[in-house]
Amino acid sequence: MTAPLLNAVSISKSFAGVRALKQVSFDLRAGEVHALVGENGAGKSTLIKIMTGAETADAGTIAVGGQPVRQLDPHVSRALGIAAIYQQPALFPDLTVAENIALTLESGHAWRRVDWPARREKAAALIGRVGTAIDPDRPAESLTMPEQQVVEIAKALGADARILIMDEPTASLSEREVQGLFDVIAALRRQGAGIIYISHRLEEVMAIADRVTVLRDGETVGTWPAREVNRTELIRLMVGRELSAVYPKRQVARGEVALELRGVSQRETGVYDVSLSLARGEILGLAGLVGSGRTQLAEILFGLTPADAGTITVAGVPRRLTSPAAAIAAGIAYLPEDRRRHGVVLEMSVAANTSLANLAAVSSAGLIRGASERQQAQQYVERFRIKTPSVETDVYALSGGNQQKVALARWLSTKPTVLILDEPTQGVDVGSKAEIHALMQDLAEQGIAILMISSELPEILGMSDRVAVMRRGTIAGILSRDEATSDKILALALEDPRPPTQAALRT
Amino acid sequence: MTHRRELSVAIAIAVLGIVLVVAAPGYFSGENLNDLFLANMPVLLVALGATLVVLAGEIDISVGSQFAVCSVAAGVLANAGWPMPLVAIGTCLIGAMFGAVNGALVAYVRIPSIVVTLAAMVALRDGLRWITQGAWVQGLPDSFQWFGLSQAAYPLVAVAVVAVLFVSISWGLRHLSAGRAIYATGSNPDAARLAGLDVAAVKALVFAAGGALTALAALLNSVRFNQIPSNAGIGLEMKVIAAVVVGGTAIRGGRGYVAGTLLGVILLGAIGPALTYLGVSAYWERAIHGAIILTAVAFDATRAEPLGRVGRVAAARA
Repeated sequence: MTAPLLNAVSISKSFAGVRALKQVSFDLRAGEVHALVGENGAGKSTLIKIMTGAETADAGTIAVGGQPVRQLDPHVSRALGIAAIYQQPALFPDLTVAENIALTLESGHAWRRVDWPARREKAAALIGRVGTAIDPDRPAESLTMPEQQVVEIAKALGADARILIMDEPTASLSEREVQGLFDVIAALRRQGAGIIYISHRLEEVMAIADRVTVLRDGETVGTWPAREVNRTELIRLMVGRELSAVYPKRQVARGEVALELRGVSQRETGVYDVSLSLARGEILGLAGLVGSGRTQLAEILFGLTPADAGTITVAGVPRRLTSPAAAIAAGIAYLPEDRRRHGVVLEMSVAANTSLANLAAVSSAGLIRGASERQQAQQYVERFRIKTPSVETDVYALSGGNQQKVALARWLSTKPTVLILDEPTQGVDVGSKAEIHALMQDLAEQGIAILMISSELPEILGMSDRVAVMRRGTIAGILSRDEATSDKILALALEDPRPPTQAALRT
Repeated sequence: MTHRRELSVAIAIAVLGIVLVVAAPGYFSGENLNDLFLANMPVLLVALGATLVVLAGEIDISVGSQFAVCSVAAGVLANAGWPMPLVAIGTCLIGAMFGAVNGALVAYVRIPSIVVTLAAMVALRDGLRWITQGAWVQGLPDSFQWFGLSQAAYPLVAVAVVAVLFVSISWGLRHLSAGRAIYATGSNPDAARLAGLDVAAVKALVFAAGGALTALAALLNSVRFNQIPSNAGIGLEMKVIAAVVVGGTAIRGGRGYVAGTLLGVILLGAIGPALTYLGVSAYWERAIHGAIILTAVAFDATRAEPLGRVGRVAAARA
């Protein structure tokens, strides 16, 4: 057997005295997908940073293609054919797609003439290999998250990377785009590339990986052929404890109608004639492709883009939701998709973030009572088990899952009737994910109506009482918990044989 | 850890003070300190307003021109026979109006504040020059100068006014919902909007408050003289922004305290006269200001950036 593409042996790394990796070993063979799984903080990111040369290991050796590598820095790493695609794409917002791709691929002196047609063609061809189409002349800032991801993958493809590291590449992709990505991965594998695949979505890992390595607390738990382990075992290995139920769904007696939509439309954002109702205690899953109008519907309900037709009734009262403040007053809370950008204020403390949407509750006559603010935050910290040194800590110091819980705490402090969750567990580790699911269940039992947008079918199937599937800006169908299966949901989401237009892909 | 900047500036001021005590004790004469206070009091008032604007993530470079217009307006109102309290209220309203117009253009028409206030800076300055033809306001009533108080009593009144405003703004930023809204708006306008805050109103109002404070500064400054120049406040915006930045307020908003601004005004204001006392050419003053600002900004730049990779395209979702 030939030497592995990449062989890392006994890698150790500490940051300011804190052990991030302890004698971790990992190898990647040509033509395989090797998944790396573990909870947040298990050391996956550190290991990747060492492989891409962003960090230097304190101890251990790395060999690429059988040759030991002494000093791995980003340049050497790239020259060796190692490319990483991160969860958060890092494109230049003001440059076009073609320019972004060209920037990493083209070389030459600063005064050379740019061959624009060739640049565009190359970009279009690379994007074509990922299985989609994006106009190479569009500025990167106009791209949706999945589109940005596609451009990142195209960049790596263009660089002829032999070792491709994908860090949560599907976190913001729809099921259809995930399939497209898997096709690309399969093609790369056939061409003899090795792929290190990191994902919290274990279904994906099971579907695509040849081998799985589990990290826990900076140590290798072990490496197994993917077909020899199942999902439950993996979770146990990652967490080091049994998670009793993966989806803690219990039936809740359905209460009165909390939210009723009739013929709701918003011409500009492309939402048409949406009618649905949601009862107290119910979790309604909102499925659909990225760009099918799920987030746009949420934005209508939260008053960000007020509806221009139809009626919205909250707890029996017809409401005109023309601003977030109006929506909050009507009893609607919205946990947006991109928590770092829209959810939490990173430079504010946990306490200040918790009270932000409902300052009145901790104030008298506009005067914030610090003690009651801290007390409120403390209650949520305990109830949600938010890991933070104190409620005075700024939120940027917290992990993703804990930031998400802070955002959730903010919305619960408004005592909502309807809670809209947009991709509530995206990019959150397995342990926090289970806790967030358990919280959702608790909230439903307390009579809150939950509208959950998710691109993760297992989450939709596991947590929803009913599933509404959106397609092209309207409801394609609503399935009861008993009827709902992945196949049926996908069929509804995709039914239309025409491919979605460019406009439909934009969120 | 949150007040490290304030501490560094305070130490710099203390070092300067010690040097002066040893080398030029005359610096601490009552007369000199009084002059220093009177010269820097308008800067501090304008800088308090600028701190609010910068905290909300915006900038106002038209404060120097607003200062000139408000100075002339105060004189004109006084000459028209208005009683002093009404002159004061009228001047502040005029300033608030200029600020509000800037703020509305930024918040509701969504023009970047640097562009809006650059236009306002030029338009107000040249508009004033055209209307006055460069003439100074003269023949002011006796009640105008020193507010009709004695020259000795006036600084006490001015100190009291500035102190009350400083304490209220400092306290309000910390304890009022409105203050929290300013920080949230400057730190993450998207999240603030989603939390139901009226981000546009916050922005418009900080500009209006900044305008009112600038007008008050103009009035308190004008009463010290018996005529009012039509070219007052040239370069004031630079002094003010420098003091805010040196005081540790993040130029992109969301972080900072007015206490830092106060220290920034003291440090930058104390240096010029100190040079004279120390026998150094006063031409060094601006160079030293530049070095201090650069040090402060470099300090900010090396600080760990909490937003890290976020921000840019990462989350671009138009």
